[in-house]
Amino acid sequence: MLKFVLERSLSVIPVMLTVLFVVFIIVHIGPGDPAALMAGPNANGEQIEAIRQKLNLDKPLMEQFWIYFSDVIRFDLGRSVFSDRPVSWLILQRVEPTLVLAITTTLLSVLIAVPAGVIAAWRAGSFVDRALSAASVAGFSIPIFVVGYALVQVFSINLRWFPVQGYKPLSEGIWACLHSIFLPSIALALLFSALVAKIARASMLEVLAEDYIRTARAKGASEMRVLGVHSLKNIGVPVVTVIGTSFAALISGVVITESVFNIPGMGRLTVDAVLNRDYPVVQGVMLVFAGVLIGVNLIVDLSYALFDPRVRQ
Amino acid sequence: MTISVSQKPTSLWSVLRNAHLSVVFSCLTLFIILLFALFGPMVLGLGNDINPLSRLKPPSSEHFFGTDSVGREIFVRTISGSRNSVVVGVSVAVLTLILGGALGLFAGYFRLADKILMRIADGLMAIPGILFAIALVSLLGGGFLTVIIAITIPEIPRTARLMRSVVLTIRELPFVSASVAVGSSTPKILLQHIIPNVVGALTVQGTFVCASAILSEAALSFLGVGIPPDIPSWGNVMGSGRRFFQIAPWVILFPGALLSLMVLSVNILGDHLRDHLDPRLTKRRAS
Repeated sequence: MLKFVLERSLSVIPVMLTVLFVVFIIVHIGPGDPAALMAGPNANGEQIEAIRQKLNLDKPLMEQFWIYFSDVIRFDLGRSVFSDRPVSWLILQRVEPTLVLAITTTLLSVLIAVPAGVIAAWRAGSFVDRALSAASVAGFSIPIFVVGYALVQVFSINLRWFPVQGYKPLSEGIWACLHSIFLPSIALALLFSALVAKIARASMLEVLAEDYIRTARAKGASEMRVLGVHSLKNIGVPVVTVIGTSFAALISGVVITESVFNIPGMGRLTVDAVLNRDYPVVQGVMLVFAGVLIGVNLIVDLSYALFDPRVRQ
Repeated sequence: MTISVSQKPTSLWSVLRNAHLSVVFSCLTLFIILLFALFGPMVLGLGNDINPLSRLKPPSSEHFFGTDSVGREIFVRTISGSRNSVVVGVSVAVLTLILGGALGLFAGYFRLADKILMRIADGLMAIPGILFAIALVSLLGGGFLTVIIAITIPEIPRTARLMRSVVLTIRELPFVSASVAVGSSTPKILLQHIIPNVVGALTVQGTFVCASAILSEAALSFLGVGIPPDIPSWGNVMGSGRRFFQIAPWVILFPGALLSLMVLSVNILGDHLRDHLDPRLTKRRAS
């Protein structure tokens, strides 16, 4: 067990280093001078030179990487070129909305996808199954911003149940916050639950073919008990896995959703930073998101060991 | 040799006759969109003419899909905007298949390259695709080619992984060992035995990459970091309607509907192709 945990945890290091290198080098692969690019079209030579020195762009590439590496290790993500504030401070200001959106979306997706997947597998081939699989293809295909605006049109503009845009922080009360984040979460959950439902259905089909399900039915367990108790437990691992592996898709969705609903989260921060050519901020957000992603997948893998003794060996 | 997927010979006609209604619908949709992409800009132009007198006009017989905040025709921009999505979707899919396929083949067949390449893939996959693409576009400078490159790079690792896993299973099959035993050269084994057997899986992957690329381009252009506004793209037309959404929903509605239809059709075709082309799935279903 300890060996597995240790090995899996250490395997994170090379991935992290690759991410760090990619995020670092991305500023240097462009055709132009990165300092001039960040300074903007109206900057004079002096201002460009100032940015170059501040970001160490005048030093050799390897030395720059070393400086970047040792800074990031100490959680120093540099300073914004645009506002001159520390990038880590800027990110911390924006964490809450993004975190709330990601968590509510994940919960909603599981609430939608698991029952849908279970029912689809239970009645495989039926009309319900086909309707659900059609809905899941649509979920993949309709872009999040189309779904978002359609929901706003119906539930905010026509029915006036929810605010059109904006975000209320948790400090204004949990219900106010959830109320403001509900539509964005639903929009994102429709996409995300399509991914989860597909896996839930496939693993449920396998589970239903197992001997212990036949035994449960033979001893007279009700269908509710077979589905809810005997089967549900066994699709936990694949469902958790797909949530882990599609976390990248969730984050990409969060970035776009925040723009649609005008939520001041990390996604907005990135888009604004890109439009301002504020690369230290872009790099910082990429690193944080990648770090979270790697962390989530590590936790998912380690939790297998907890639930499934076969993995430990 | 190739693993035969089905015994009966399939002609185009029999495929069409047995095809599901959704597949016919998808082919038709894609065909119409292809016509839009080919002839739209030629016949209708790009719809860049600004007309301040008819700003934010709702759909009518005069303005089919309405107009945007500077009076441009949404109908013209939506039809001509198809070209972007078609070109971006197809080029990203082709580029990803070539690059990802080659890397995956390399990693799957040569064990030494595998470790290094897969670590790099792990690292690239840890960065959310859309963020990566946004950052790349802003660094390489906006424009058509940049958008294609920026969407392709984050797509490559997944395709390389898939290719690698398929190659790993095929290289253990008896006909490959036999070919090695009779002394075939490595290039010959790759070309004659490995590549023909991965074409199916790659084609399927290609459709999914295409769908995802169309969505990514729309997202980038919607956020204002993709295709510049003088070339209409569904994404940037919708992006231009963001601020006026409450009074002029049609600016987002029409390009959004066409975009959804196109991606839906590509995904349906992909699912259908997978059912027919992927031998691993056929085997699993048969058992």
